[in-house]
Amino acid sequence: MSGRQADCFISNVSRKRDGSVCYNGVIIGLGNVMPLITVKDLRKTYEGEDVKTTVLQGVTFSMEKGEFVAIMGPSGSGKSTLMHILGLLERPTGGEYRLDGNDVAELSDNELARLRNKRIGFVFQAFNLLPKTTVEENVELPLLYDSDPMERNGKRIAEALEAVGMTHRAKYFSNQLSGGEKQRVAIARALVNDPDIVFADEPTGNLDSKSGLQVMRILQRLNDAGRTIILVTHETSTAEHAKRILRVVDGKIVSDDPVLTRKIAKDGEESLK
Amino acid sequence: MKLTDPVKIAYRSLVAAKLRFFLTVLGIVIGVAAVILVMSIGASAQALIFSQVAKVGSNLIAVLPGASQENGPPASALGIVTTTLKNGDLDAMREKRNVPNLVDVSGYVSGSASIESPAASLQTSFQGVSPEVVSVENMEVSEGRFFFPEEEDNLARIAVLGSTRAKDLFPNDSPIGQSVVIKKIPFRVVGTLASRGSSTFSNPDDLVYIPLGTAQKLLLGIDYLNFIRGKADDLKNIDVAMSDMDSLLRNRHKIEVGEESDFSVRSTEQALEVLSGVTNVLKYFLTAIASISLAVGGIGIMNSMLIAVNQRIREVGLRKAVGAQPHHIMIQFLIESGVVAGFGGIIGIIFGVGIAFIASLIIPKLGYEWQFIVPGSSILIGFLVSFFIGVLFGLYPAWKASKIPPIEALRYE
Repeated sequence: MSGRQADCFISNVSRKRDGSVCYNGVIIGLGNVMPLITVKDLRKTYEGEDVKTTVLQGVTFSMEKGEFVAIMGPSGSGKSTLMHILGLLERPTGGEYRLDGNDVAELSDNELARLRNKRIGFVFQAFNLLPKTTVEENVELPLLYDSDPMERNGKRIAEALEAVGMTHRAKYFSNQLSGGEKQRVAIARALVNDPDIVFADEPTGNLDSKSGLQVMRILQRLNDAGRTIILVTHETSTAEHAKRILRVVDGKIVSDDPVLTRKIAKDGEESLK
Repeated sequence: MKLTDPVKIAYRSLVAAKLRFFLTVLGIVIGVAAVILVMSIGASAQALIFSQVAKVGSNLIAVLPGASQENGPPASALGIVTTTLKNGDLDAMREKRNVPNLVDVSGYVSGSASIESPAASLQTSFQGVSPEVVSVENMEVSEGRFFFPEEEDNLARIAVLGSTRAKDLFPNDSPIGQSVVIKKIPFRVVGTLASRGSSTFSNPDDLVYIPLGTAQKLLLGIDYLNFIRGKADDLKNIDVAMSDMDSLLRNRHKIEVGEESDFSVRSTEQALEVLSGVTNVLKYFLTAIASISLAVGGIGIMNSMLIAVNQRIREVGLRKAVGAQPHHIMIQFLIESGVVAGFGGIIGIIFGVGIAFIASLIIPKLGYEWQFIVPGSSILIGFLVSFFIGVLFGLYPAWKASKIPPIEALRYE
């Protein structure tokens, strides 16, 4: 992402080799390039002792870089499982998943771990911060597993905290934070390795509406800066902050529509500064 | 991943769970302290025994009446009275040409009797000895003199008192020239001995020494010796001297070739070997028992780590979600248990050494020459074994943790 962003500064309006269109240094559109994510007939079946549970029964879609997609569906629809597979936390039992054109099935568990570390950030409903650990140390976590030791980790942590407006809480312990603050720290943790895709699994599910809006605002800004965001939610009001909504029911995609009246989160902006 | 990162992760996890960390450490602390303490006290006790044998002299040769097995105790030690050693044997050993490597030699008889002085009356052990005993046993006369050679056989009624006995019988004035009564026979005190300190076997300070012949004839009514002790001119000549004594006595006792001797010749060297064998077995046995507590500490670590793994399924899942590979998780938990055990080891070493040191302050007050010895090996072993136990018992929990799938981060509530 950052390399392509850098290319964008060469001229005011340009079309790069990979097809992305830039305007005044910001990527405003993508050309006819290889999709970031392609899934074909994706299936997932859990085998219990006697029972076979089919969660995904043939999911097909593709996603470009820079999209903001909401995966919606009632509980038990398979939307979380779909996110786990897209986020490389689980492997599908059937079908094909290509990330950047590479078949994920051909990658080893360790290679998947490395991809999660470098290219993917996760934001969970329950925040999943380490207890009795400072904000900084929580944000540092992905850097600890980075196979290429990076210089200036401190700078990256500071930048990630800056991006979510949590610099003033850097030395606090995670249990001293409010829910909204915890989720912002979790977003900073997801950002610290400069990933291409950020997965957010019901990120506002445990938050009051004001904190929820703050989180959505941050996600929208990240998307504005060019990051691909995949949001999993069961609330239409939350999903409408995205640019595109995939509705999942009973393990199948039942609709795939652009959001026509997109909500732009502004509330709570003051408290971010 | 930097080299210091796993240590950093483990350190943070441990700090985050202080109480669990403390309780787990306690098991190892007790185990290591017990091992160090046993090894230290064992070494000190061994040194005490050896120093007492050495005080008597390591180049000593003893002749005991009665035959004995090479490794078994002599008959006299089992309370069987044998009368085969005579004063003539002693005199023969004194002849330089018979046993050239023997410097000094003394006969011994012993008994106990009541002894009276103007100030006190008490029961005491006495020993009838030759004048050479001073040299043989490295005695030191503190006041007066010891026996003259001619006094061995002339029934001289004189006595030399051990330091404690001198104090018991004459608390206020010098005993020299004073009279004591043993078995109703008056004896003149001619000398006192310097204190030698108590030993495990007997306390020479508590003895009253009488010339050999006087003790045999006037006090005991016997014509044999309980044992003979002699000093070789050099440690390396002990074997020669022993075989000279052996053949001299076999000759004198007219024992045919192939026949069993009616006496045994022993050296303190041999006694030391037997003794160190016994004390080593004791020491290792006690160390083994102490090691059990170390193993219990290790099981405590395993238990605690398994609980930690279960409590932290979410954490492990999260770490995996953000890119940790199984070996990262494995190393994290192994370092945690290794650090717990290693830390416990260090504290345990401090405790063990500390208690051994306190013991070395108290035991001398009970009258033993106790040295403060901590074998360097015990410290190294204590630390390495505890660290190794931590890693060993941490292996299974760490492996279990490394198998936790990343989606557990999202599932486990």
